[in-house]
Amino acid sequence: MRAVLLAATAAVGVFIAAGAADARTVRWSASGDPNTMDPHSQNLGTVTKVLSQIYEPLIMRDAALALEPGLATAWRQVEPNRWRFELRRGIKFHDGADFNADDVVFSITRALAPTSNYGIFVDTVGQAVKVDDFTVDIVTKVPDPILPSKIASLYMMDKEWSERNNVTAPQNTRAREETFTVRNTNGTGPFRLSVREPDVRTVMVRNDAWWGWADTAKNTSNVTEIIYRPITSDATRVAALLSGEVDFVLDPPLQDLERLKRAPNISVLEGPEIRTIFFAFDMHRDELLYSSVKGKNPFKDLRVRQALYHAIDIEAIRTRVMRGQAIVTGTFFPSQVNGYAKEEDVRLPFNADRARALLAEAGYPQGFEVTLDCPNNRYINDEAICQAVAAMWTRIGVRTNLNAMPLANFFPKIQREDTSLYLLGWGVPTLDALYSFQSLLATRDGAQGNGIWNYGRYSNARMDELVTAMKNELDPARRNAAIREALKMYREDVPHIPMHHQMIPWAVRSNITMPHQPNNQPQFRFVRVN
Amino acid sequence: MFAFIVSRLFQALPVMFTVSLISFAMFAYVGDPVAIMLGQDYTEAQRAALIQDLGLDQPFFVQFFAFLGNAIQGEFGLSYRLARPVSDLILERAPATLELSFTAAFLALAVGVPMGVYTGLYRESWLSRFFLTISLIGVSLPTFLIGILLILFFAVILGILPSFGRGDTVMLGWWSTGFLTTSGLKALILPSITLGLFQMTLIMRLVRAEMLEVLRTDYIKFARARGLSNRAVHFGHALKNTLVPVITITGLQLGAIIAFAIVTETVFQWPGMGLLFIQAVSNADIPIMAAYLMMIALLFVIINLVVDLLYYLVDPRLRGSLSGSAR
Repeated sequence: MRAVLLAATAAVGVFIAAGAADARTVRWSASGDPNTMDPHSQNLGTVTKVLSQIYEPLIMRDAALALEPGLATAWRQVEPNRWRFELRRGIKFHDGADFNADDVVFSITRALAPTSNYGIFVDTVGQAVKVDDFTVDIVTKVPDPILPSKIASLYMMDKEWSERNNVTAPQNTRAREETFTVRNTNGTGPFRLSVREPDVRTVMVRNDAWWGWADTAKNTSNVTEIIYRPITSDATRVAALLSGEVDFVLDPPLQDLERLKRAPNISVLEGPEIRTIFFAFDMHRDELLYSSVKGKNPFKDLRVRQALYHAIDIEAIRTRVMRGQAIVTGTFFPSQVNGYAKEEDVRLPFNADRARALLAEAGYPQGFEVTLDCPNNRYINDEAICQAVAAMWTRIGVRTNLNAMPLANFFPKIQREDTSLYLLGWGVPTLDALYSFQSLLATRDGAQGNGIWNYGRYSNARMDELVTAMKNELDPARRNAAIREALKMYREDVPHIPMHHQMIPWAVRSNITMPHQPNNQPQFRFVRVN
Repeated sequence: MFAFIVSRLFQALPVMFTVSLISFAMFAYVGDPVAIMLGQDYTEAQRAALIQDLGLDQPFFVQFFAFLGNAIQGEFGLSYRLARPVSDLILERAPATLELSFTAAFLALAVGVPMGVYTGLYRESWLSRFFLTISLIGVSLPTFLIGILLILFFAVILGILPSFGRGDTVMLGWWSTGFLTTSGLKALILPSITLGLFQMTLIMRLVRAEMLEVLRTDYIKFARARGLSNRAVHFGHALKNTLVPVITITGLQLGAIIAFAIVTETVFQWPGMGLLFIQAVSNADIPIMAAYLMMIALLFVIINLVVDLLYYLVDPRLRGSLSGSAR
C-alpha cells in the first residue's frame, strides 16, 4: 500500500514538474495591493513594484541600481539648462503603437500636471521639447546636475492611447467616474498587464517583443507569467509560502524569518533598503508643546540632543528589536546614495554616564519629561523601536511618554508640527543626497521641496547654502564637497538622532533565483524559475 | 401585514440617520486621507488643492448633508484609495461576503441544531460531553486564532486546502460565484468553518437549553401519555417549541456574521466587503467606510424585520394580535 502511494506521489510530482517547465509562472505576494495602474498618480512602492514591470523610463536602473539606458540610448547636458535625450528606435507599446519623441514630451508634461504625484522628479523641469522624432530636450528652470537620476523614476506613456482614453492628466480625486488608467496600462516594458482585479490578483504576461530580451546576458529571465496576489495578514502570507501557494513574498514578517530559513525549500534573500530610521526634534518653538520644561526649549541646546544620542544602546535595538535586520548608522542615508561618506557615518557612542553629565551641564540635572510621537504601522517594528528608546531615555532622566498611533493619524499630526519629538523613516528614490538634505533639513521657504518634511523646523543658514549648491553646482567634485560638508554638519550639529538603515528580507522558493534590490522593487527581467 | 411592514420601515429612518451621523462624526478621528494620498513628495499648493477637491475645507454639517444627499441616491463617490466608485466596489465584493456568510450560517444551523437536540436528549452520553467540550473551544477561542490554526493544519501541514483567497470564480451576470468550481468550493471550507464556529456553538447551546426546558413541560408528558413515538415528541412537539428564540438569535447572528466577517476575511484574504472595509480604515478611505457602515445598518434593520415576520410563521398566538393591530 505504501509503495503504491509513493509511486503515485512520485508520478504526481513528475507531472507537476513537467507542467511547470513550460509555464514558468511566478506567484508573488506582499501585504499591499497597488491603488492604481496610473503611472503618474501615486508615487508609492506598492504601485511602482507592479508598474515597473510594465512601464519603462528613459533611463533605467540595473540590479545594483546604477543608471543604464532605457528608452533613451544616450543623454547629455548640452547647456546648463538643457538635457538632450537620444531615443531608442523601433520600440513599440504593448498595443502595437510606435514610441517616439511625442510620447516623451507628452509623458513629461503629464507628470507636471497638478494631479501628478511625481512632481518631485520633474521639479526643475520647465518643459520638454521635441527636436526630431527620436531626440528630445528637457529644458530646466535652473541647472540640474542630477536630472538623469530623477528621470529614472518617470514612466513613458503613449500619447495617442492616452488621448483616445481621455487620460491626458493623472486621475483626479474629484471625478465621479473611474479614470481609464486606474485599471488599464499600455507600456513598453518586459511584461504586459493581462488581468487586473484590485485587491485580488494582478496578472502580467511576458512581452516577447521587448527590446531588452536581446541582451540575454543581462536580462536572464525565463518567466512567462507573474501572478501578484496581496495577502494582508502576516501569518497567512507566510503560510501561503510554506504551503507552496505562492513562490515569492516581498515582505515576510521579521518574527517568521528563522522559521522560513529552516524550511527546506525556501530561501531568504537579505539586503538593505534605502531607508533610514531616525528621531527628529522640535527645534523651532521657544517652548515645547509636550514637555515639563516651561519657558525654554531644551532641544535647542546641542548638549541635550547629544545626551539623548549617547543614551541609545543601538546594539540592543539592532539585535533585540530588529533581530539583526538593521544596519546601524551615524548618518541619514546609506552607502548606495550618491554623496555618502564613510568618515561621516560615525555614531556618538552609547554612554549613559556621559548622557547624564551632558544633561546636567545643560541645566537639567533632574532630567525632564517629553512625549515621543511614533507610527505603529509604517516602518519595520516602528513602535517597538520607540518603546525601547523611550525606556533608554527615561533611564538617563528624560522621562519619555510614548504616543504610538497608526500612520493615518501620525502623519497628519507631525505635518501640523503638533509634536516635540518623533520617529521618521526616509527613503531616497533619486539615490542622491540632495533629496534627503532638501526635504529634511533645508529651511522651509516655499520653494519646491525645501524642508517639506522638516517638521522640527531645523534651520541653519550654512546648511541652506549647501543645499542650494547641491541643486545648482554642475561640477561633480565641488558638488560632492558641498554634500560632504553638509554631512559633517549633520554629524556635529545632531539635527536628528540616526538609528539604522532598514533591512528588507525577501523570501522565495528555492527554485527561483533573483537579485535582491535595495529599492524594494523586484525586477522580473532578472528572475529565473528553475 | 402591509401596514406593519411600512410602519417598521418608517421606524428605520431615524435609525439610519443616527448611524450616518455618528459614523460621519467618527471619521474626524480615523486620520487624514490627504496625508496618505499625497505620499512623500508634495507642495503646499498640491495639498491645498487636494483638500479643496475632497471638500474637506467645508464645515462639518455641509460635508455631512452633501454626503447624505448623495447617499440617498446611492452615490457614495470615489474611493480615495482605489479611485473607483464605492457603489461598484461594494457590488463587486458583496457576492464574496454573502456566499461566505450564508455558507457559515447554513453550517452553523445544519450542525448546531442536531447537536443541540442530541445533547438535550442524551445529556449523560459521552458524545454529548464531547460536543459540549468542543463548543467551549468554539466560544472561547478568538476567530483569528481558529483561522490561523485551521490554515496551519489543513494548508501548511496537510496541504489539502488553500490558505487564502477565493479560488476560481464564475460570473453569473454581475454576481461572481465560487460555488461552481472545485477550487472555489475548497477555498470556502476553512473560512466558513472559522466564521460559523462561534454561531454553531451558540445555536447548539441554545437549542440544548431550550430542549431541556421544553422536555420538562406538561404537554410533552401528555404527548408521551398519548403514546406518540419518540420521534414525534422530540421533533414535532419539543423542537418546534424551541424555535422562537433560536430564530431570533439566528437572524440577528446572520447580521453579525455578515458584519463581522471582517476578521475572517482578513485572515483568509477573502475578497469581500469586510476586507475592503478594513483596508479602508487603515487608509482613512472615508467614502468606503461611510457606505459600508450605512449598508450594515440597513442590513440589521431588514434582518430585524424579517425575524419579526418569521415569528408569526412559527408562533400561532402572535397571528391573532397581528390581524388585530392591522385592523
